[in-house]
Amino acid sequence: MDIATHLFSALYQFGDAFAFLVLSACGLAVIFGMMGVINLAHGEFIMCGAYVTAATVHAGLPLPLGILAGTVVSALVGVVVELVVIRHLYDRPLDTIVATWGLSLIATQGTLILVGSTMAGVGTPFGSVQVGAYSYSIYRIVLFCAALGVLAALYALFNWTRFGVLARATIQVPHMAAALGVDTRLIYSLTFACGAGLAGLAGGLYAPTMTLVPTMGATFIMEAFVTVVIGGADVFLGTAPAGGVLAVVKSVMTSWQGQLFGQIGLLVAVIIVVRVLPKGISGFVLRERT
Amino acid sequence: MSKSVLRGLRAAALTGTLVFGSNLGSNLALAAENPIKLGVLEDQSGDFAAATIGKVHAIQLATDEINKAGGIMGRPLELVTYDTQSDNTRYQEFMRRVLQRDKVDVVFAGFSSASREAYRPIVDQFNGFAFYNNQYEGGVCDGHMIVTGAVPEQQFSTLIPYMMQTYGKKVYTLAADYNFGQISAEWVRKIVKENGGEMAGEEFIPLGVSQFSQSIQNIQKAKPDFVVTLLVGTAQASYYEQAASANVNLPMASSVNVGQGYEHKRFKPPSLKDMYVTTNYIEEIDSPKSKEFYAKFKAKFPSEPYVNQEAENSYLAVYLYKQMVERAKSTKRDDIRKIIAMGDVCMDAPEGKVCIDPKSQHMSHTIYLAKVGADHSISFPKVWEDIKPYWLGDAGCDLTKKDPMVQYTPSNPPPKP
Repeated sequence: MDIATHLFSALYQFGDAFAFLVLSACGLAVIFGMMGVINLAHGEFIMCGAYVTAATVHAGLPLPLGILAGTVVSALVGVVVELVVIRHLYDRPLDTIVATWGLSLIATQGTLILVGSTMAGVGTPFGSVQVGAYSYSIYRIVLFCAALGVLAALYALFNWTRFGVLARATIQVPHMAAALGVDTRLIYSLTFACGAGLAGLAGGLYAPTMTLVPTMGATFIMEAFVTVVIGGADVFLGTAPAGGVLAVVKSVMTSWQGQLFGQIGLLVAVIIVVRVLPKGISGFVLRERT
Repeated sequence: MSKSVLRGLRAAALTGTLVFGSNLGSNLALAAENPIKLGVLEDQSGDFAAATIGKVHAIQLATDEINKAGGIMGRPLELVTYDTQSDNTRYQEFMRRVLQRDKVDVVFAGFSSASREAYRPIVDQFNGFAFYNNQYEGGVCDGHMIVTGAVPEQQFSTLIPYMMQTYGKKVYTLAADYNFGQISAEWVRKIVKENGGEMAGEEFIPLGVSQFSQSIQNIQKAKPDFVVTLLVGTAQASYYEQAASANVNLPMASSVNVGQGYEHKRFKPPSLKDMYVTTNYIEEIDSPKSKEFYAKFKAKFPSEPYVNQEAENSYLAVYLYKQMVERAKSTKRDDIRKIIAMGDVCMDAPEGKVCIDPKSQHMSHTIYLAKVGADHSISFPKVWEDIKPYWLGDAGCDLTKKDPMVQYTPSNPPPKP
């Protein structure tokens, strides 16, 4: 086996871990990192995206359109959730934990009751590619590209568009933004919907590769929170480097000692980063939202 | 639709603390008498729900049939059902509740081995009587328990030599990282060694992990002849899709897949191609008894996604309990164990004839080797009839003489007398 094979294999594993961390975390980076809402129902937005994607693909839509449908439906659900629940809790960040946790329980159990305990999968497209001794799933490379694309789009959205400027202004100093004539309620709604849509997108993208069950969101949530806690407030400048650092830790530890050590490595990395960069969850939330 | 909503509503009610008697309406006369209470602790939500909702339904089916036919010794069977939510602490909580507050005569409980080991000390402590209707890693020598599921000497002693003969002697094990996976992997190691093979590798995956890229590469690096997949829970089932899309293309052997989680129905073909499973029942088994059971099940629960081996284990367990109570003329555990000690507690189950082994209180089974085809159809290349749960008895566990209430493993066998 030559060096190129090893290099590709290491890059592939890094890219795979990076994509999972970043795609899991992007929606949460907007809702928790930026808006300060500790959204424990994040996994259920992901599940919603995956279920809608699978359902539309079963109904005959091609996969990309299915993923789009999953994203849009999750964003719409996000609008409703924001209107009904989250809107009343912006000044009480710790209460959002309870409210969103309740939402996640309702969503998981509701899906179990209405849709049943599992949903048929849709199959992973594109097949595999052989590099050296190993064969790799091409779709996982697509996921890596999608993660990069999402990061770039988020950077563009929040830095180059009028909505992005208004959203950042509204979240930093809401009353000043309102005084300048910004419809802050609408901006909050749209930002939350954007986060929920990104979660739905992650669900849609991973739907072909995973078991579709009501509890599937739970498998994303640890990685999502870990990435956002490390990343901090800025969606792009936080999530991208956090995803990179954690992906290196995770892929190196997993290839060295297996999955268990990959997870341990992830958590140890978080403890170290939070200790060195003192922006723990509550300290960060309270500082940003007083 | 309305039917599934109704079913859903009932499932919702069950997740609370609803206690319901079966057929109260049609059997008022019976219900007036003192019912026999059967506690049901199974996961109706959470990570294991897909494999275990069918167990609850099977118990309901058997209960309704028995009550329609006049109950047990003229007494109706009443179910006390709780949703344990795939959560070990719920098992402990509800086990205390059914034994202390509801005062049930017998409990049917548990899917994962972690949950069984969580509740078993409570059954022992309160001197209860429990059925574990699930295949597992074997070794529980406990007079308070009856195990109707299959054990490694039934599932691995048949499967692993077959796979080694068919595909080769290099074996890779991918197992869930808790007592079931660890002890099952020990069994695989032992049997591979006994048959002159070698372990190409082993990896243990924490429950709840759903991303397998690195594990897939480790397997490709080790170049085994086949992979033993002992993955548990719906998150870990993502492995098959990811391995298929990376074109791993190795035969797989398992004691838990297909027969529990019906992965061949849930995933798109051909991701489970060449998966071999030893199971004592799945709905594809083509015998008159099996067809009859399947038809009854579907008549009562039309939207049931799959009738798996644990559903059959649970169904036959209710009938075994009925037989034992009627022969003992008592619901007391000690009286029932006297009947078991006679060694002739048998029945014609949907899988074939099964008997309780008095030494270990485990079941003999017909073991079917199920092979998943490229189109996810099931064929049965081999059937082993009447495989006894011999390991515990041979190793020195004899519940007719002594009740140590311990789980043994190959590396921790019963002490020599």
